[in-house]
Amino acid sequence: MAIEAIDLLNRRLLFVTGKGGVGKTTVAAGLGLLAAERGLRTLVCEVDAKGGLADFFEAPTTDFTPREVQPRLFAMSMDTEESLKEYLSLQLKIPLIARVGPLARTFDFIATAAPGVKEILTVGKLCWEVRERHYDLVVVDAVASGHIVGQLAAPQGINELVQVGLVRNQTGWMIDILRDPTQTGVVIVSAPEEMPVNETIELAARIDAETDVDLAAVVVNRVLPELFSRAEEEVFERLREPDRVATLSRVVDGDVGPVLDGAELAVTLRRTRAGHLTTLRERLPDDLAMLYLPYQFARTQGMRATRRIAESLGEELGF
Amino acid sequence: MAAPTRTPVEGDEDRARTLEQLLAAKEIAISCGAGGVGKTTAAAALGAMAATHLGGKVLVLTVDPARRLANALGLEQFGNTEIRVPDAAFAASGVEPRGELWAAMLDTKRSWDDLVRRHAPDPRTRDAILRNSLYENITGRFVQSHDYIAMERLYEIHTSGAYDLIVVDTPPTRNAIDFLEAPERMSEFFSSRLLRWLTAPSKSRVLSMASKPFYRVADTILGSQFLGDIAEFFSLFQTMAPGFVQRADAVARTLSDRRTTFLVVSTLESAPVREAEFFIAELDARGLHLGAVVLNKVLPAYLRRTATTGVARRLCADADTIAVKVADGVAPPDQVARVLHEVGESFLNYQVVAKRESEQRAEMARTPDLVATVPYFDADIHDLGGLLRLGEQIWR
Repeated sequence: MAIEAIDLLNRRLLFVTGKGGVGKTTVAAGLGLLAAERGLRTLVCEVDAKGGLADFFEAPTTDFTPREVQPRLFAMSMDTEESLKEYLSLQLKIPLIARVGPLARTFDFIATAAPGVKEILTVGKLCWEVRERHYDLVVVDAVASGHIVGQLAAPQGINELVQVGLVRNQTGWMIDILRDPTQTGVVIVSAPEEMPVNETIELAARIDAETDVDLAAVVVNRVLPELFSRAEEEVFERLREPDRVATLSRVVDGDVGPVLDGAELAVTLRRTRAGHLTTLRERLPDDLAMLYLPYQFARTQGMRATRRIAESLGEELGF
Repeated sequence: MAAPTRTPVEGDEDRARTLEQLLAAKEIAISCGAGGVGKTTAAAALGAMAATHLGGKVLVLTVDPARRLANALGLEQFGNTEIRVPDAAFAASGVEPRGELWAAMLDTKRSWDDLVRRHAPDPRTRDAILRNSLYENITGRFVQSHDYIAMERLYEIHTSGAYDLIVVDTPPTRNAIDFLEAPERMSEFFSSRLLRWLTAPSKSRVLSMASKPFYRVADTILGSQFLGDIAEFFSLFQTMAPGFVQRADAVARTLSDRRTTFLVVSTLESAPVREAEFFIAELDARGLHLGAVVLNKVLPAYLRRTATTGVARRLCADADTIAVKVADGVAPPDQVARVLHEVGESFLNYQVVAKRESEQRAEMARTPDLVATVPYFDADIHDLGGLLRLGEQIWR
């Protein structure tokens, strides 16, 4: 595990993706917090403008300007229009800044229609932060599985579609950063359930086939604790026999039935999920790092959840 | 057109609302909600129940390409064309359906191609669009094309009159309401100044004072050749504008028709609940019909019982003493104690989650008077029987 730890947090740009609802933002926030606490100047950027990231740091709503939400930890949200403005003012020195507002709105429309333009403004901004060494690590709370391949492949796509112009000139260095595994990696967040597991397997294959970006790790979120060893499970089965349930209820002075039912449910849920985990492990490349995060019974939101996820990630990475 | 608020009176079955009743009255049911909450499964289960109990021809239209759903419906696979779920799949679950269950999956690319074929003014334009190198990119990404095409296909099937009921699950979108706005945006796009400008002859484009700064920016960034490619594509595309606009308006009307209802699906985790609340508010604001909220994967009620909390806590605290009294003939007392402790601890852990779920349920701001709860199923659903078992939980 220690080798993977160096590998993951030593990269400069991590795209965290996964099926909707598996805890993508939680994991991105946790990774960011872990990195910052280990001394890295870290930027966490939310790309899917749902505004959920700020909650994980108890911070005001994030915007395009990074804000320090914890020591060394900065948070921002992507805005392609702002990205374009920044690009124009920084790279082109175009004397249009005052008037670029309405223009950018018009541009936003064409950017939506023209293939890859929004993607390039997003990926470009992130790569730029990496290239300028503003941060040691940029963690991207990226778009969900369905869109991530398009986003990562955008610089290459633009490169092929656009023959001349500044965008074309800019794609070269982005591609260099993206395809360098010592700098860039994708982290897929999954959960031990049927659909997330299937989607993770498909996405891993697509990232390999359709992009030049390295798959750094799969983080399996919400892993249920193992209640019993095999021997203990037999003990549990014996305790569930009716006369023993009756004895037990007498001893504890209350109906133990529901408590045992609850444990049975926990065992069943865990077993179903264990099957999905096995499938996931078997169908992903052997050398791919997999990190397991425990199901959070207590808190699933806010800084407390982020801290617990960061701690679990740290443990999994061998810190 | 919000659902009338009535307090169901016990024993007064005429007034108690059920999903069965709702689906007997509607022709289109659209299942929506956050990702991962079980929209597709709920849609398929309700479709299967409707075919079984209400009869007629029922179509489940899904955007979910997962083979699991196809298998659950007893099909090898299914695609853009509707196919019938074999009666054998029902028979295997001991059910004789009154009607027919059909299924189709949304194939975005195919549906776009069909749309172009329908609206292109002539074969030459049609082929030029279908062969255009930008076309594939644009249909893949442009103006929420997945959202639009899903609603378009729904409209197409509904107006064909081939089905009594269509249950559809919505595409996973970045923003849950995107698909509601898609038809509107599509017609806006076709009547926009931008498109007119893009498709104007290039000479007048450059000379227009208003567009000059924009053109300069766009030209610097994208290069005029790429801009030219885009312009050419859109001039082809615009030949289809009248048909498209008319169509998009009709699609929007279908969504707000009285015969259409929306089912908001959610788990009782906080993020999906917030998304469900947002969605309910949006439906309300648009005057769309909120038929029911379906709460999925809800933990069983016994986990919340306060009387049991004490029992679980005693199991944890006094595991050793209790174990001694019950270990006889089971296992060594220390092993029994470990098991009892785990059992108690696990119950208390799940109780926290179950109580949090209850609170989420109570806090859901505005819900229709029809809220159906699906308990946490131990195993995954692999066949029609599984779907029907799920359906039974929420049907009446």
